[in-house]
Amino acid sequence: MNQHTMKLKIDGIEVECVEGSTILTAAKAIGINIPTLCYLDGLTPYGGCRLCLVEVSGTSKLFPACATPVASGMEVTTQSPKLYEYRKMVLQTLLAERTHICAVCIANDHCELQAIANQHGVDHVFYERNWSSNKIDSTHNFLVIDPNRCILCTRCVRVCDELEGVHTLDLKFRGKNTDVIMDQDEPWVKACSCTSCRKCAKVCPVGAIYIEGENIEYTKDPDVAAFIVERRKRLK
Amino acid sequence: MNPNQKIRVATVWLSGCSGCHMSFLDQDERLIDLAKKISLVYSPFADIKEFPKDVTITLIEGAVANEEQKELLKTVRSRTTVLVSLGDCAVTGNVAALRNGLPHSDQAVLERAYKDPANLQSQIPAQVPKLLTHARPLHEIVKVDHYIPGCPPSADLINYMLTELLAGRTPTMEGHSKYG
Repeated sequence: MNQHTMKLKIDGIEVECVEGSTILTAAKAIGINIPTLCYLDGLTPYGGCRLCLVEVSGTSKLFPACATPVASGMEVTTQSPKLYEYRKMVLQTLLAERTHICAVCIANDHCELQAIANQHGVDHVFYERNWSSNKIDSTHNFLVIDPNRCILCTRCVRVCDELEGVHTLDLKFRGKNTDVIMDQDEPWVKACSCTSCRKCAKVCPVGAIYIEGENIEYTKDPDVAAFIVERRKRLK
Repeated sequence: MNPNQKIRVATVWLSGCSGCHMSFLDQDERLIDLAKKISLVYSPFADIKEFPKDVTITLIEGAVANEEQKELLKTVRSRTTVLVSLGDCAVTGNVAALRNGLPHSDQAVLERAYKDPANLQSQIPAQVPKLLTHARPLHEIVKVDHYIPGCPPSADLINYMLTELLAGRTPTMEGHSKYG
């Protein structure tokens, strides 16, 4: 079957890609880097963090590049002063939402949120911070979840469901009350579907899920998702 | 500005560990050049009781954790042209703000510090300034002009900020700073 190819322009550069590709993958193919946090190669796009918002000509609406399929004749702008300000705003809301105190965080210097904030010159959080104190679940043998550092990107939920295939992790509630839960909102040690595979800790972009006693530098491996997807192709 | 006149600079220490001031001193030999250009009119390094008037640049370390610090910050703001948040406690609340998530955190920390560990006549001191319910970053209380993040910020970053300000330029943290 022949796949339709489409032509579009990203930052003025003409790109040709197959139907069904997203703006993000099309941009990546020509070396344009769009900042992302919730997106992870190998997992279904979620479009939750809004960092990858791009402008599409003909509409004032912004689109998440990770979840927007390309269309013929589309003209996409990935870098502009407006987008830069929006991304800075998104980063500051993420930092204001929970108790992100880098100095006492296990992921300090190995944190994707911190790294992108640095790239965008975030030197303070403009919004009044929402000081919260959520219970840390350290009941599991070695996996720990600290919801105070969570940005609700759902990478852990998706990797657990889509790649490990057990769907131990999910979300409860909505809005600012949203939280990651295990099985039927049980302490991690009682979540019997968990295979202790550690993929959630490997893909967590911040310091919310980590392995007790292990240097987070060695735990983190966000490429594991794409790697597994690639290797599984051999099974078919 | 008269080039022969020294620029009036102050540093203030609120709820922080003094690590940012240590980092300030880590500018080492660059302090000598700095001393030629500035006059330190108020600082933990200089024994001056009252925050003076007409200060050009003030660097403030630490979060605002009690009423006295809040008042001092307001005074500093009204007497300073350029106010700079120095370090993570001033910028984000940082360690001083770890208590903020606790219910009634002002009372909770006092009890933890003065009541829980004592086994004889434990009492919370009454003569000290009243804690605010939340330890807060400076810009939630007054207008802040520049931010130097870091725990502590590097001496290079502090020096960069001061050099730019003294030269009359507007410093940008883009590409220089590390959040947190």
